[in-house]
Amino acid sequence: MGEFLQTLFVGLRLGSVYALIALGYTMVYGIVRLINFAHGDFIMVGGYTLIFTVPLMTAAGMPAWLAVVIAIAVCALVGVLVELIAYRPVRRKGTNMTALITAVAMSLFLENLAQAIPAIGPNPIIAGQFFASGGFRVAGVTLDYITTYTIVVSAVVMLLLYVFTQKTKMGRAMRCVSEDKSAAILMGISVNKTVLSTFAIGSGLSAIAALMYVAQYPKVYTTMGSLLGLKAFVAAVAGGIGIVPGAMLGGVVIGLVESFTTSYINSSLTDTFVFLILIIVLLIKPAGILGKNVGEKV
Amino acid sequence: MLKIDDLHVSYGAVRAIKGISLEVNDGELVSLIGANGAGKTTTLHTISGLVPAQSGSIILDGKDLRKTAPERIIELGLAHVPEGRHVFARMTVEENLLMGAYIVRDKARVRRQLEMVYGHFPRLAERTRQLAGTLSGGEQQMLAMGRALMTAPRMLLLDEPSMGLSPLLVKEIFSMIKGLHADGITILLVEQNAKMALAISDRAYVLETGRISMSGSAQDLLHDDKVRRAYLGA
Ligand SMILES: Nc1ncnc2c1ncn2[C@@H]1O[C@H](COP(=O)(O)OP(=O)(O)OP(=O)(O)O)[C@@H](O)[C@H]1O
Ligand SMILES: [Mg+2]
Repeated sequence: MGEFLQTLFVGLRLGSVYALIALGYTMVYGIVRLINFAHGDFIMVGGYTLIFTVPLMTAAGMPAWLAVVIAIAVCALVGVLVELIAYRPVRRKGTNMTALITAVAMSLFLENLAQAIPAIGPNPIIAGQFFASGGFRVAGVTLDYITTYTIVVSAVVMLLLYVFTQKTKMGRAMRCVSEDKSAAILMGISVNKTVLSTFAIGSGLSAIAALMYVAQYPKVYTTMGSLLGLKAFVAAVAGGIGIVPGAMLGGVVIGLVESFTTSYINSSLTDTFVFLILIIVLLIKPAGILGKNVGEKV
Repeated sequence: MLKIDDLHVSYGAVRAIKGISLEVNDGELVSLIGANGAGKTTTLHTISGLVPAQSGSIILDGKDLRKTAPERIIELGLAHVPEGRHVFARMTVEENLLMGAYIVRDKARVRRQLEMVYGHFPRLAERTRQLAGTLSGGEQQMLAMGRALMTAPRMLLLDEPSMGLSPLLVKEIFSMIKGLHADGITILLVEQNAKMALAISDRAYVLETGRISMSGSAQDLLHDDKVRRAYLGA
């Protein structure tokens, strides 16, 4: 029982991080029909921003995790710049394939650029502690603070995001553009501004994911976003790409699969199982768990 | 109110509009009729800026629409009900209408417009929380029209509002268009159903493979032999 609960919590923690990242993939896909392969690398950008700003925070007598505010801003900015400099011109002229290749190129570019920065370099940097150690005791298991915070913060962020897309003007504009660009224009919505906001929000979320991930695994390196991004992408596809609640659900499912495979089967098989689950989901529901197959654009 | 002069539009190598000029005066209901592929939708899309023009001018109340960002055109009082409705399928009826008022800041005005639209279309008032994608074709057409009315536009572009509707609903939609015209809204109406369009219009233009082949008062065209043979099935 204790092991089961522990595994469940670990799965939810992993899943929350995947969900936050998957949201970035899905929101951008929903609005410009592009798999932003550079999105995983935004986590790396967030990770390094935290590494460099946490000391400033602590020096100023503030809690370390508050550096995430700066990380959110930096990631949002990087996301917006990638869209402005790389994706928008290509979308105007090129095909979907060109855009996809540009995304892969942006991913490699960000990783190479990071390595070229002297303060970063090729070797991993070990992060300090973001949260106090220890935890709560619940039902005979210890729930460490990081796990608790990760699950709670992600849940709150996702709830806020949901309210944002449903109730605010900007959120509604995003849904319109993702559903029907020309109709959105006829309503007076600026597609370019809406796309930029989507990149900013999606990328900003990856900074929160970076905080939670690095808090648990305190090692930051230039390719840290690759596998993490890939799994979050799998989560987004499993949940139904382009669908916001789908990314949340997909993330949690992938996190649970990973954690239970590690605990009960074999930790070297986790990634295999993650993809196995994706394939099974897509065989049963080709458009993902929450995706609709007919009559609607994804 | 709207004046188009020597407009040319191409899709790559396909020349869809080959130099048309037309005019819609304040308060007029003008129809644009023509066969499939004549370029009617292209004309409306170019007015709204969804499709760029090659050359020519589109002037709305002295403002050059070709130099206006597409999303700002609605601010000039021109609303467009596109062919095929294009309602936001995954949003509710009321959310769709609120999107129609996207540029309106004043909340009280939005409420008033909403009441007005529900007054015009009681069928929508009964379905405020239904997803637009699940509405019938006729209801979707009403929603698309209601959405366009949310800014209280001075001019409406209507693209095939009767497409795919039952004869009864077609009559209903046409009488609504007549009502909007009577309320003083200037209308440019594109229709396959030339007979009914001409019956409610002041003037009309006939579009033939990207060129205007005929124009005149709707009454004259309704009784013109060539128009009768080609578009009225007589
Ligand atoms: N996006 C596009 N790309 C290429 N050609 C197009 C495009 N849209 C329209 N066309 C072509 O332009 C011409 C005019 O099309 P348009 O849709 O304006 O006609 P229409 O009069 O509205 O026809 P319908 O009555 O069938 O709606 C057609 O030959 C059409 O094939
Ligand atoms: Mg048409």
